[in-house]
Amino acid sequence: MRAGLGAAVGLLALLPALNALPTDHALHVSDFIVSVTGKWICYAILALSLDLAWGYAGILSLGHGAFFALGGYAIGMHLMRLIGPRGAYGHPVLPDFMVFLGYTQLPWFWRGFEYFPYAALMVLLVPGALALVVGFLAFRSRITGVYLSILTQAMTYALMLAFFRNDMGFGGNNGFTDFKELLGMPLATPRARAALFYASLVALVAAFLICSVLTRTKYGRVLTAIRDAESRARFLGYDTARHKLFAFVLSAMLAGLAGALYVPQVGIINPGEFNPGNSIEAVIWVAVGGRGTLVGAVLGAFSVNALKTWLTSAAPDLWLFALGGLFVVVTLFLPRGLIGVFDRLRKGRAP
Amino acid sequence: MKGRALYLDGVSVVFDGFRALNNLSLIVEPGELRAVIGPNGAGKTTMMDVITGKTRPTAGTVRFGEADLTRLDEPAIATLGIGRKFQKPTVFDHLTVFENLELALKAPRGAIACVKWRLSGEARDRIARVTEEVGLLARAHDPAGILSHGQRQWLEIGMLLAQDPELLLVDEPVAGMTDAETERTAAMLVGIAGPRSVVVVEHDLEFVRALGRRVTVLHEGSVLSEGSIDHVQNDPRVIEVYLGR
Repeated sequence: MRAGLGAAVGLLALLPALNALPTDHALHVSDFIVSVTGKWICYAILALSLDLAWGYAGILSLGHGAFFALGGYAIGMHLMRLIGPRGAYGHPVLPDFMVFLGYTQLPWFWRGFEYFPYAALMVLLVPGALALVVGFLAFRSRITGVYLSILTQAMTYALMLAFFRNDMGFGGNNGFTDFKELLGMPLATPRARAALFYASLVALVAAFLICSVLTRTKYGRVLTAIRDAESRARFLGYDTARHKLFAFVLSAMLAGLAGALYVPQVGIINPGEFNPGNSIEAVIWVAVGGRGTLVGAVLGAFSVNALKTWLTSAAPDLWLFALGGLFVVVTLFLPRGLIGVFDRLRKGRAP
Repeated sequence: MKGRALYLDGVSVVFDGFRALNNLSLIVEPGELRAVIGPNGAGKTTMMDVITGKTRPTAGTVRFGEADLTRLDEPAIATLGIGRKFQKPTVFDHLTVFENLELALKAPRGAIACVKWRLSGEARDRIARVTEEVGLLARAHDPAGILSHGQRQWLEIGMLLAQDPELLLVDEPVAGMTDAETERTAAMLVGIAGPRSVVVVEHDLEFVRALGRRVTVLHEGSVLSEGSIDHVQNDPRVIEVYLGR
């Protein structure tokens, strides 16, 4: 298993190098493959974060896309500030959309975002703070199961509506785009693409290791206990609300990190990222891969998105039906997802 | 620390005019194993609820040593050293027997403490001892989900023991068990009592006989009779309300 994972990471790490080969070289990999794989890596981090909350702690969040989007908006604010006077209106400080909307000065909450370390901190703190507040209120009131799912869904929907408003100061329905550079590196160049790809890959490996160590501690077993019989865990003296809150906040921060790596790669962030559909899709990745196993979450994110990339170009109208069908099939026939299938195949071969 | 008596005096619990407990008085000595029997509705479970803080008595005194249990909530009473086993066993199916016991073991319960927790040799020995006490050594590394009903009950008793309680309340442990399992459970509970007190609520008279200890018969919320199993079985009032039906 470990060797297989190492090999997979090694293969992924080769992609940008192969992309640098001359285009007529047999092993050349197109820009499209590199950029689409870079996106999938970010999705895999999101899937890991969701698996920590759902697969281990039993918190079925249908709003994890909100944490992803908030991380994306945080880095997006930094990217907007870096445009400086290069915007269409040429204003020395204000981003284009603010000039267009008649702002005369930068809103207070935009201060500090010109510094990368501050923005990077916000990438983790903003989603973490939202998860802390929502989680604290929900877990303290012992809201679980479907009610918690609805609550998280409402959370992302409310944020979507809020971010669509122009007077929120986040660019309304256009969001942020036209980014120029990050850390002194012009975006939309092969070098930037490769750098972001590697940054995402390193983040994925790090997130995987953190989750893997964490779930192997007694804390991981407490989460499993809470997932399977919360009141019993409470009766053993565990403050289950706190334990879940810890996992939920950590998970939200990971999702924020995924969003922050995603946005510079796709070059845009808008309120559509808060769409509840995105969060539900992430749940499907984890279910298809196999929830409660970290490898399953990553595998699910890659395989469902590969299918999506292929199908949305081959037969765009079919995608939503395929996604829904996939979820039904997995729920009915493959409760442990692809990982369960592999396990069965392996056990079938080795008596 | 060890050796506090459980003391109930004149305890009444009234639900909407129904007297679930009616002037109930009972003393369980330190290290004693006591069986409590009685027909349905006699107040056995309500008595357990009062001791563990789930239900507040309408009147009366409930003490564990010096501690006034009527003033404490459930977690505080659990921390005091009173453990309760419910009728329906709930163990963590996806964790092994060992891991179930590890979670039950006395240790800091915070999230960070659990992340930092390393299994010490002492903790390992303690888990091994409890596993042996409840007869699950051979199953230590099996997931609890594949245990038989009886084994799950034993694991649940083991999880209580791992918390190192001073008083153990056990609600109908042998319901649904085979005869052989029932016999083993009786021997197990006899072995467990001594360093700690045990109160067993049970319907099964054969099991109570196998325990061979003092029996309290409840009826309509108060003590009807108390003594050896032979004594209570021959008590005419007991025969009338319970055994003679």
